[in-house]
Amino acid sequence: MTEYAQTASLVVARRRASGRGWAAAAWGALGVLAVAVVWELYKFLGPAEGVTIGQVEGQTGSGVMILPRTHDRAMPHIWSMIIRLGEPTSGGSTPPLFVTVAQAALVTLGMAAVGWLIGVAVGALLGLVMQRWKLLEWGLLPWVVVSQIVPLIAFAPVVNAIGNQIDRSGTPWPQWLSVAVIASYLAFFPIAVGVLRGLEAPDRIHVDLMRSYAAGYWATLLRLRLPASVPHLLPALRLAAANAVLGAVVAEVSIGMRGGIGRMLIQLAGQASSDPAAPWGPMFGSIALGLIAAGSVALIGLGLKNYRRGEANT
Amino acid sequence: MTADLAVKAAGVGKVFDTKAGDVIALTGVDLEVRAGEFVSLIGPSGCGKSTLLRLIADLDEATSGELTIFGKPARRARIDQDYGIAFQQAGLLPWRTVGANIALPLELHKVAKAEREARVAELAELVGLTEFVDRYPDQLSGGMQQRVAIARALAARPKLLLMDEPFGALDEMTREYLQSELTRIATETGAAVVFVTHSIPEAVFLSDRVVVMSPRPGRITDVIEIGLGEVRDESLRENPVYFEKVTAVREALHGVKVERANER
Repeated sequence: MTEYAQTASLVVARRRASGRGWAAAAWGALGVLAVAVVWELYKFLGPAEGVTIGQVEGQTGSGVMILPRTHDRAMPHIWSMIIRLGEPTSGGSTPPLFVTVAQAALVTLGMAAVGWLIGVAVGALLGLVMQRWKLLEWGLLPWVVVSQIVPLIAFAPVVNAIGNQIDRSGTPWPQWLSVAVIASYLAFFPIAVGVLRGLEAPDRIHVDLMRSYAAGYWATLLRLRLPASVPHLLPALRLAAANAVLGAVVAEVSIGMRGGIGRMLIQLAGQASSDPAAPWGPMFGSIALGLIAAGSVALIGLGLKNYRRGEANT
Repeated sequence: MTADLAVKAAGVGKVFDTKAGDVIALTGVDLEVRAGEFVSLIGPSGCGKSTLLRLIADLDEATSGELTIFGKPARRARIDQDYGIAFQQAGLLPWRTVGANIALPLELHKVAKAEREARVAELAELVGLTEFVDRYPDQLSGGMQQRVAIARALAARPKLLLMDEPFGALDEMTREYLQSELTRIATETGAAVVFVTHSIPEAVFLSDRVVVMSPRPGRITDVIEIGLGEVRDESLRENPVYFEKVTAVREALHGVKVERANER
């Protein structure tokens, strides 16, 4: 009896879960709307020149600004940002801004994707060897953590310079590869940690069981450790995707590569005093990029649904 | 003659070295389990009953003495899949269906697909879960999960079944039901069973012999022949002989004669 009751309650739970999906989407939309409302509300209520404390009379730039300026050059209206997306990128007969943004975003997405793949490969390998040999975990893990403290902006030109050296020695090294490598530098970290934790996730009883079947390392890896790591792996992959996009954008700027959205962002931000709504185009573009990257990884999760069983009820 | 013995332990001991120094988990264990025999290990926590089971299963290694399973070293027996094992938690893989969980040991030993499927169907029938082979563990009750674990332990047709408090986490009703099922399964398969428990009635109901153990250091203090015959059904639970044996085990556990309330 209780067994059937349990099955029935599971059906109810599943129905409730699909209801949660819609609620989540509604909350997400509400959040975006709230940001827009706060923006416009402050722009309407706040003083045009902002609020500065400790300002000395007649001395420009003195004091500390605690609330930003609200005039149209500093804070354009949300609708001007959206309208600007439809206007020509740099006047005349240039294509509309959103087309240029989309093209630049695609370039960056491509480099981020390559960076993500390199990061996943390197991170997975590191995670595997760290799980296999405890000694390597002790030796490597601190360096893996330290690697993330190195500022990307300092590290990026080094990668580019090394790339150019290789280029000069005869093997072509395109600039986009530098960007991808720098993106992978941010992406490999969550993967390495996620794989390590994931592979160590199986319960003692499962490991004992595999030993009782006289299953070797590879059989245990394939039948137990890898499937059990999926709940740890999916968030790691998603984090890596977001990191890869971030890394690609920063890398473009830092090595001065043209064509991507990072470079476009800097360029339009430089012209913001005359065209304040324009930099918001690539800004929205990079947000969309992050969402697309994280969303595509979520698609991987759909195919691995069965490996996430027991996440809710153990 | 040793080949007729499922388990033979002679002077087996186990010492764990911990930060606080050596802990003697087991000392001087002599035990023989005949083929097809049902033996329970009972005792308070810390008496080493689970440790002994893990030594037999070669999940841990004995530090002294000699331990043979069907006449071979424990390690060889593990590699040859001479035993099946079940723990207190069912320990099913949550991403595998009931059928795929039962098939896991067969899959690992490269049993052909058709043969695997036939065996899974047979085992599902044996534990009464035929309709549930396509379900996932999170869709089953605790008792059903434990039945799957037993089926999995039996998959490779072992001649020895090792069970570490398999019904410990279940409610009384399910527990009694599964006890009857287990005696039936053990008789049908003819496998020897080493069964760890801390429940006296459970040990008496199931076993041919009950091995009483005592802690600090973990050792065997008594072995009690139960001899209730092959058929173990619900009427046995009301049988006076059954109660006598329960009392005998209880006395052995406490080391003194237990006075009954009505005899005082």
